[in-house]
This record gives sequence, structure tokens and C-alpha cells, in this order.
Amino acid sequence: MEASLSLFVRAVFVENLALAFFLGMCTFLAISKKIETAIGLGVAVVVVQVITVPLNNLIFHYLLSAGALTWMGLADVDLSFLGLISYIGVIAAMVQILEMTLDRYFPALYNALGIFLPLITVNCAILGGTLFMVERHYDFGESVVYGLGSGVGWALAIVALAGLREKLKYSDVPDGLQGLGITFITVGLMSLGFMAFSGIQL
Amino acid sequence: MTGATRKALLDPLFNNNPITLQILGICSALAVTTTLAASLVMCLALTVVLVLSSGAISLIRNHIPTNIRIIVQMTIVASLVIVVDQFLKAYAYQISKQLSVFVGLIITNCIVLGRAEAFAMSNPVRLSMLDGLGNAIGYSLILVIVGALRELLGAGSLLGYQLLPLVTEGGWFHPVGIMLLPPSAFFIIGLLIWALRTWKTEQIEKPEYQIHQVHRTEVL
Repeated sequence: MEASLSLFVRAVFVENLALAFFLGMCTFLAISKKIETAIGLGVAVVVVQVITVPLNNLIFHYLLSAGALTWMGLADVDLSFLGLISYIGVIAAMVQILEMTLDRYFPALYNALGIFLPLITVNCAILGGTLFMVERHYDFGESVVYGLGSGVGWALAIVALAGLREKLKYSDVPDGLQGLGITFITVGLMSLGFMAFSGIQL
Repeated sequence: MTGATRKALLDPLFNNNPITLQILGICSALAVTTTLAASLVMCLALTVVLVLSSGAISLIRNHIPTNIRIIVQMTIVASLVIVVDQFLKAYAYQISKQLSVFVGLIITNCIVLGRAEAFAMSNPVRLSMLDGLGNAIGYSLILVIVGALRELLGAGSLLGYQLLPLVTEGGWFHPVGIMLLPPSAFFIIGLLIWALRTWKTEQIEKPEYQIHQVHRTEVL
């Protein structure tokens, strides 16, 4: 329990996907002008992350990793080079299924998230979460916690940035920095702030 | 060179740079630029993937059904990235460890899918490959500048050669520690955008909210 709590806090704050590893930056910068849309996108990322990271964990352990196919009598087959294409396939399929399920059973939520869901397939935070999970050898339980933590961390960062940018539009910014430039500087300062969490041990 | 060729190849360098104007492919631009060597390898990997994927997608553009085009594009890109990843693991293992997950993340690098969607799906093969090459060079330009600045100021070296003698080794240069940490990449790219837009003023974004400026002679 303590170990998973520590993993969760680390994934949310210390190893924040957006601010420490720069993942999902394109969407992060492009869709953070309004708090409402940022919240919608954040929730969508959390949901997809919680589903895909553990799912890819199962696929890696039972189909792809070295010796995983022993149950089929193929003990010396190592399919881990197929990892990338399988993970992105799983993510694309999951996003599609999620979109259809939400459309059928939760139309209100679908309307809120609708336009963001297809974008998530190409959000590197999702694929990045899976790749970190494989690189760090998380087991199934840890991958659930890590998926939740990294998704929440990303959502937190984008909502915070949207809040800052809503205030920022009233300030007098030099012409050349207007828009993208000042956003980069702001995110840099936020990232500096998040670095204060590094070194926290629970 | 005809007009269209020149435009496809040279426009993405400054006038329509993928990183500073189109907001594409920023993740890897920030994460791998702590040393110049890593940035160069990343640029090479992206160039190979981008040129070949643009070519391949353009080649079969008339046969891809529109409603499953994203998955088809993803499969092509993912296959190319696997080849590059395996190649790096075989011939440049140290660098590939240093780049860790970011080679794999070329799949979701928005430059690749963005160019596939915006250009390769509607243009012939040669032009698409040139457009891919141009965008890859525009991306590499920013990456190399950021990588060189961060390594030079953060460690006093370039490509591993010590250029500025460090204080710890009897020299005069105090390394700027923040250059090796994530936030510095944001600051450098932000300032690069400022510099570029001061030069190319047509890229300046309009402020969303203009404070009304009252001129001295104006009657309220």
C-alpha cells in the first residue's frame, strides 16, 4: 500500500509527464486557452491512461516479452521488437472503443469529451506512459497505479496552465513573445516550480 | 528548382517552421536536447522516418480509404520507427539508452502525422518526400541550436569535447546547472521564438484582448 502511494505521488508530482518529461506537449500548448476545455481533455487523458497502461502491461507480459509464449510451446520466441506497433494499435483501438461506448451509454460525457478523444491517439503522454511502464518493469498492480498517477499529473498540469493563460491574456506582452512564446516561458517557470518536488521520498 | 519544389523544401526552415510556428513535435525537441550528440541522433532518426513515411503514404494515397486513414498512417510510421529503433540498438547502443523512450515516441511525434495528413495525402511522391525533408531540417535546426546551447552552457563542452575549462578542473567557467534541467529547454525555445518573430514580423500572433490605448491627443 505504502509502495503504491509513493509511486502515485511520484507519478503525479515528481515525474510529471508534462513538466518533467515534456510528453503530450503539442496538445498541452495548443489546447490550454480555456479552463473548461483543459478539464475536458485532462479527464479524457486520465481515463485513457488508466485503461491503456495496464492493458499494454498484460500484452507485454503475456504475448511479447522474451519467453512469454511458453504456454503456446514457443519458449524461445522474443517478440518484444513488435512492442511499439502493438502499443499504438491498442491505444488507437481503445480510443475508438471508448468513443463508441461513451456515445452509446453516456451521451453527456461524450459531448463534453467528443472532440478531444481522437486527439488522444496521437498524444505522446499516452504512448509515453506505456513505454515508461515497460522500461521500468512495472507489474500489473503498479501499472494501474502508474497509469492513474501519470494521467492525473498531466491533467493537473494542463488545468493549471489554462488558469495561468486565462489571466495572461490581459497582460501586456512584447509583440514577438505574444501567444506561443510567452506560453513557453510560463511553462518553463511552472516546470521550475514542479522541480521543487524532486527528492521527495515517502 | 521549380517554385513548388523550392517552397516544399525551404518554407519549413524559417517561414513555416514546424516547432516555432506549427507547434508540432515539441516533446522530443525539449527532452533529448541536453547534449548535442543526442540531438543530432534524434534529428537523423526523425529525418529518416519523416522522409520515408511521407513517400510511402503519398505512394498509396489513392488506395487508402479515408475513414481508416489514421490507422494506416500509424502502421506505416510505427513500422519505420521499429526499424530505426532496432538499428540504433544494434549500432549505437549508448545513445539509444540515452534517448530511452523518445525514439519510440517518434510514432506520436505530431510532425510525422501532421505532414502525412496535411501534405502527403494530397501530393505526388517526390514533392511529399521533399516536404518531409524540409520539415525535418526545420525541426533539426531548432534541435541543434537548443542542444548546442544547453551542452555548451551546462557542461562547457560540445559533442563531448571540453571547450570552456571548468572551475572544478582549474579553469574559469562555472557551469550553468539549470541548462541541464528540463525548464531551461522551455526558456531557450521561448526566446528563440521571440528572436524569430522579431525577424519575421508576419508570424506575430494578435493579442486576444487589447487594452485600449488612449493617445494623448485622443478625446475620450
